[in-house]
Amino acid sequence: MNSHGHSRVNGDKNWAGQTMVSADYMLFEAPREKHFMTGSEVTKEAMKRCSVDASVSYPITPQSEAAHLIGELWAEGYVGTYFRGENEFGVMSEVAGCAMAGSRTVTTTSGPGTLRAMENFPMWSGTRIPCQLILMARGINSPLTIQPDNLEVTFMLETGCMIWYAENVQELFDMSIAAFIVAEKPEVHVPIVTVVDGFFVSHTRESVMLPADDIALTVYDPYAAPLPPIDSEMPPGRFLRDPFVMKSNYISYATHASWQWEVRSAVERSIPHAKHYLKGLVHVTGDADAEIVFVACGTASHQAKEANRELTKMGIKSKVVKLRTIRPFPHKELEEAVKSAKHIFVPEFNIVGWLDKEVTTSLYGKCKAEIIGRPRVAGGMSMPVEAILKEVLENIEKGA
Amino acid sequence: MANLGPAYYSPYPVATYDGLLTPPEGKALLLTDIVDEEIAMREIAKVMLTKENATIFPGPQVLYAWSEEAKKKAKLIKEMAEVLNAKMIPMYDYRPKYPKIDAEIEINPNHPNLTIWHNNIKACIFIGVHCHYANVALKIVRSETDCYTAALCGLSGHEDAMATIRDQHSEELEKFIAIAKEVKQELGK
Repeated sequence: MNSHGHSRVNGDKNWAGQTMVSADYMLFEAPREKHFMTGSEVTKEAMKRCSVDASVSYPITPQSEAAHLIGELWAEGYVGTYFRGENEFGVMSEVAGCAMAGSRTVTTTSGPGTLRAMENFPMWSGTRIPCQLILMARGINSPLTIQPDNLEVTFMLETGCMIWYAENVQELFDMSIAAFIVAEKPEVHVPIVTVVDGFFVSHTRESVMLPADDIALTVYDPYAAPLPPIDSEMPPGRFLRDPFVMKSNYISYATHASWQWEVRSAVERSIPHAKHYLKGLVHVTGDADAEIVFVACGTASHQAKEANRELTKMGIKSKVVKLRTIRPFPHKELEEAVKSAKHIFVPEFNIVGWLDKEVTTSLYGKCKAEIIGRPRVAGGMSMPVEAILKEVLENIEKGA
Repeated sequence: MANLGPAYYSPYPVATYDGLLTPPEGKALLLTDIVDEEIAMREIAKVMLTKENATIFPGPQVLYAWSEEAKKKAKLIKEMAEVLNAKMIPMYDYRPKYPKIDAEIEINPNHPNLTIWHNNIKACIFIGVHCHYANVALKIVRSETDCYTAALCGLSGHEDAMATIRDQHSEELEKFIAIAKEVKQELGK
């Protein structure tokens, strides 16, 4: 039993009367039926099956609907507690409080909300809380934009949180369930950010296969954790309050350096679990020996797959390497997947090309292919297949 | 355990950055090798029985009687110390000690090297320390001292220790004590 008096035994009922099952059963074995849903709607369906203890929300486009629907789950008795924060900074702080108290906690945000809350994310990872942020990416600039754009992900890269990237509604459903399970592994136990491209996924209705909603994940065990859960004897945040590691002397930097490495080590320890639940850190489609390779994540990988189909019709071989985890970055898997490459294209929905930088850094000295950080669109522009084909054909003509 | 020495810009060696992860279920990690639990248990016992000032560092999970399992483990750890001819220096809590730790009587995850230096400890076992704090301490110990570190973990193990065994509950500790007794006899200690 946990601190709320909940059973953690598979087959028992959770507080909502759902039968608790393992993640393996939920993700790989349970019978599924076809539905037609948006990313926001499927977020509700995923959280409904996760025995979520707590959720904190604040409205910001395009995640507001998902947050609203999680609120409905609370009204229906599936989510333990649900409340609105004062703003996104408040939300992420309150998420930390819920998670430190031993709750399986979820929140959602987008664009400017992410940036307003920024200070909290390294605090989340440093306190080793396994909460989940479902990030529905949106542009961040002035003049204010609500358009789809994933620039905000670059700000999240070095927060010490895990970052997974879902391509579509189905992946969002499966990933956001697996996310809790991997994040809660005792040797991992860091926050996880599940990213989708706002609007393209959050507001697009697609076919999705869902298991029945009378099953849910076994509840979180806060005592199988690398830090003490909160109780009257041993609050988990003691290191935030006591006289302290932040004193400026030799001991301070020793502790901080080791602490930071430990958080990043924890992210690396997620690799075997992520491989299992995501069926690989990268997914490769197309011609195995292709010299033209697209490396992408999210909906950019969907567009790259469309380009792959068009190129096949033109008799040109290509393949798509879709990165499913960004943190941990799948270095080995990427290197293996681009062995045949002469030209690597990195299509992206942001102006800075953060994925291009990640790919270039990862492959430095390991791959002779030319890495082309294009096509790159931003500010809410779509990325038509023609734009990708144009890049490929121009580079082939140049003999690049 | 990865190779000793700097990892990138850090003065601390970090095993995961050399590709090492915690051992899979049912196995142990001995330096860079995944081995059977018994092999690791024998090696830990041998090191503890042969190195200077071998010491067990029990943490809060076995120092306080918060569960029946904790009480059982605490008694077994006392027996383990006797079998291994080891001292015990507790890690009562995780707060840095200011203005100065009494390194004679306690260890702390924020500056574990001070206790190891002061007591000239050449081999140690971490047990009952919450994983995060054990890992923070183990990285510092590896970098700052020549102490052999072993971690007997109730959860997933610690790749920054030189030897680590995972899922160690009272039943497994009894097995370790039995193996340690055999090794002790073999060594004539």
